[in-house]
Amino acid sequence: MNQWQNFSKGFFKENGVFVLLLGMCPTLGVTSSAINGLGMGLATTFVLVMSNVVISLIKNLVPDKVRIPVFIVVIASFVTIVQMTMEAFVPALFKALGVFIPLIVVNCIILGRAEAFASKNNVLSSLLDGLGIGLGFAMALTMLGSIREILGNGSLFNFKFVPEDASTMLVFVLSPGAFIVLGYLIALVNRIRKVS
Amino acid sequence: MAKKESSFKNMVITLLVVTVLASSALAYINELTKGPIEEAKLKAKLEAIGKVVPEFNNNPSEEMYTIQSDLGELECYPAKQSDKLVGTAISTLTKLGFSGTIRIMVGISPEGKIINSVVLEHSETPGLGSKMTQAKFKDQFKNLDPAKEELKVTKDGGVIDAITASTITSRAYCDAVQRAYNAYRKGGLK
Repeated sequence: MNQWQNFSKGFFKENGVFVLLLGMCPTLGVTSSAINGLGMGLATTFVLVMSNVVISLIKNLVPDKVRIPVFIVVIASFVTIVQMTMEAFVPALFKALGVFIPLIVVNCIILGRAEAFASKNNVLSSLLDGLGIGLGFAMALTMLGSIREILGNGSLFNFKFVPEDASTMLVFVLSPGAFIVLGYLIALVNRIRKVS
Repeated sequence: MAKKESSFKNMVITLLVVTVLASSALAYINELTKGPIEEAKLKAKLEAIGKVVPEFNNNPSEEMYTIQSDLGELECYPAKQSDKLVGTAISTLTKLGFSGTIRIMVGISPEGKIINSVVLEHSETPGLGSKMTQAKFKDQFKNLDPAKEELKVTKDGGVIDAITASTITSRAYCDAVQRAYNAYRKGGLK
């Protein structure tokens, strides 16, 4: 597989959300608005890239039997770094994402990539893989968040395009709406994959 | 390089090294971000205070004092314009919300009227209870005198129009404001 494929597969062919169905908890939980989805996606991308790079660097120094604890420590450290940095510089977003930031640790996309890709490939491939999968995740979350925000709140990236007291389809901002929109998006992606 | 063997010694050393490195990296980042986090929190607080009291030129968070309420101590931030008290911002809370605690900053004038209020923290339902942060609901509290008017929703015989489909949240908001007012009457007058 060439490097371009390592990067691009995360967007469609192996998209973490739509195809692999990994990391559903933050996907459904934070995407009540486009900006939350994007923020969460980018935070995850950062953690994914950094942990992939570090893990591919240390893969030969770590005995097999303790590799999972070591991976988790690496991932958790980067998540904590993201958390502290966000709290310091974008407190509003930090507040909106709340408990989902520390939960990036248990996002199975990250450990999945560490185990399935970074521990077997070199640094450059791992970096591109992390970037691709991460941005694909961010794209999926932003799409989900945008659709839910438009339908449920009549706005996009906090830019309101319906009157303040217009009634919108609230259900899309609430948890059931997340499942409905995600279901339709997955169906759509599957349809496109079948054709191509 | 060959893969390291999973012997007991190797495993212990690897885990030790990794955790030590990780914790020192985190300690370093913690040092770096401590200042900005404090600053951001202070700024958010000052912003909230600025919204609920008239213009002031002292530093309210330096003169902060606490008053007793039935839900523990409430923080009070006196706002002064050239040493004259123009209002007190009280950080109040309620547990009556639909989901979780609601924290509100309420500004009370020296005469005991409500100047304004702003929501600091809540986890009410988006699109329903969360409408309490909008002007349409919370501006009803502006210039109310709780001594004369009842801080309750109209359904309970008060003067506040509840948010459609969010009576619980509306009641909780009244409860929080009332708590600030009661505590202020009892112990905050200076």
